[in-house]
Amino acid sequence: MTEPAVTEPAVAESPGSEPAVTDIATPGLLSAGWPAPAPGAAPLPRMVRRQAALELRTLARNGEQLLLTLIIPILLLIAFGHENLVSVGTSNRIGFVVPGILALAVLSTAFTGQAIGTGFERRYGVLKRLGATPLSRRGLIAAKTLTVLTVELGQFAIVLLIGALMGWRPAASLAAAVSVPLLLLAGTAAFSGLGLLLAGTLRAEATLAGANLLYLVMLGLGGVLFPLTKFPAAARPVLRLLPAGALSDGLRAVLAHSAGLPARDLLVLCAWAAVAIALAVRTFRWE
Amino acid sequence: MSNLPAVQIDGLVKRYRSVTAVAGLSLRAERARVTAILGPNGAGKTTTIEVCEGYRKADGGTVRVLGLDPVADARELRTRVGVMLQAGGVPTTARAGEYLRVMAGFYAHPLDPSQLLAAVGLTGSARTPYKQLSGGQQQRLALAAAVVGRPELVFLDEPTAGLDPQARHATWELIEGLRRGGTSVILATHYMEEAERLADRVVIVDHGQVVASGAPAELTGSDGQLRFRAEPGLDLAGLLAALPAGAIAKESPSGHYLVEVSDRVDPQLIASVTAWCAERGVLARDLQIESRTLEDLFLELTGRGLRA
Repeated sequence: MTEPAVTEPAVAESPGSEPAVTDIATPGLLSAGWPAPAPGAAPLPRMVRRQAALELRTLARNGEQLLLTLIIPILLLIAFGHENLVSVGTSNRIGFVVPGILALAVLSTAFTGQAIGTGFERRYGVLKRLGATPLSRRGLIAAKTLTVLTVELGQFAIVLLIGALMGWRPAASLAAAVSVPLLLLAGTAAFSGLGLLLAGTLRAEATLAGANLLYLVMLGLGGVLFPLTKFPAAARPVLRLLPAGALSDGLRAVLAHSAGLPARDLLVLCAWAAVAIALAVRTFRWE
Repeated sequence: MSNLPAVQIDGLVKRYRSVTAVAGLSLRAERARVTAILGPNGAGKTTTIEVCEGYRKADGGTVRVLGLDPVADARELRTRVGVMLQAGGVPTTARAGEYLRVMAGFYAHPLDPSQLLAAVGLTGSARTPYKQLSGGQQQRLALAAAVVGRPELVFLDEPTAGLDPQARHATWELIEGLRRGGTSVILATHYMEEAERLADRVVIVDHGQVVASGAPAELTGSDGQLRFRAEPGLDLAGLLAALPAGAIAKESPSGHYLVEVSDRVDPQLIASVTAWCAERGVLARDLQIESRTLEDLFLELTGRGLRA
């Protein structure tokens, strides 16, 4: 078919006019004849990678998210690691602060950041639209998990580096090499479940408020910066049953006190993860 | 390709609590054709489309999309059907080009994202975040995303709402291109011109039911009108006596005559009117044959009252 060439876009408009319209005359696809349908899904791993890469790129451009996931933890690490702002009940101040900041990194990314991001995705129909693509819900959860884990790895690297520069020397042992990743993973699962539970049930604004409020509560009561020993004896067992308390307590036991596998904290985190994820799956509304 | 229709709906019922949004709607959309669902706001267009897309479960009736069940076979349909929501759906901070590339990455044989971006006139905005695009640009990006996976069938929910004339024409050309390429299109709209120009078949929906359907020419072609001007005060009863039964003759305003027949205006009718005038020495001027527009029909069927 030899059709007359598509006329050039109307560039002849006056110089000051809006350029948006000149763009519209369409070369390529339309003049060449629209291709016939050829449906088919990409392989799942490729879809998950693409989606996770998009989420990471949009996160990196989001100032509030960077503040939450990087700047606040780093500032707290430097401030509390450097100065004796709180009596931590031990001479090894940096040894106390670094595990708390690691817990805070998980809390900020898996819980607060993910809850707010997902809440607004739900509000703007992003989740609804994704539901009409070949990326399954399972695939979307995988992409979100991959995104969270990637951000956390970046946070951990930075926190560990700054900690090392500030003289942090963790207790290195085989138990630590096994326990720390397990604790971080279980903590991530628990906080992700809680974050998605909020995001999937509340309005986006309520999720934003709730996620920030709980972030502050867990920062204060979760043993992140203030030792649980500062709280009344009666409150301590309860606080250690909170996910933030269990995570910071477990990390500190291993990294600062050379404990073996902190089974109790790990169990608490796994229980939170199981309950929160089960509830999130049941209650999540996609639009 | 299978000769199952693109969409077959029989007696669809959908309620939201006490409100019945769709009340026994039936329609059939053929493959490789554009089917327009036309109706006022709140007529049940979006609900019907969202049931077809698998977003909502029907409370009654059956819906088949490409011969499949929208809910039970959602997994297969997701790769074969493209969707453009009425609004939103794109992450607000994603850039236009980046978003379309990610969407293309979900499919096995996608269109080239940069060519598609050019086809919807967004090449210059490829690096602009979604939230900074104009409303019309956001619409066009959503349209591009609906077709990037080369679906067999696309659902477009008011794709040109709020577009300027240039962008509207570009969208129409794209839809015509899709149809020529063999894609089935279901288009919800309340623009008559759009339905008249694009649709092979128009389904007019009101209060959750189909009130008329057919090719645009079928819908507007019957029921003809003949108008002419002449001296005021012609004997209308005499004129009517010369015309086939069922015709209506009116003078409104003075000196302007209208003859309506329930059937098509045919040569015989024109001859009868002009012969009647000639016998009385009346010159019929500005003699015109008019068919109803889709808009006339639409307003007649759905009323002129304002909708919420």
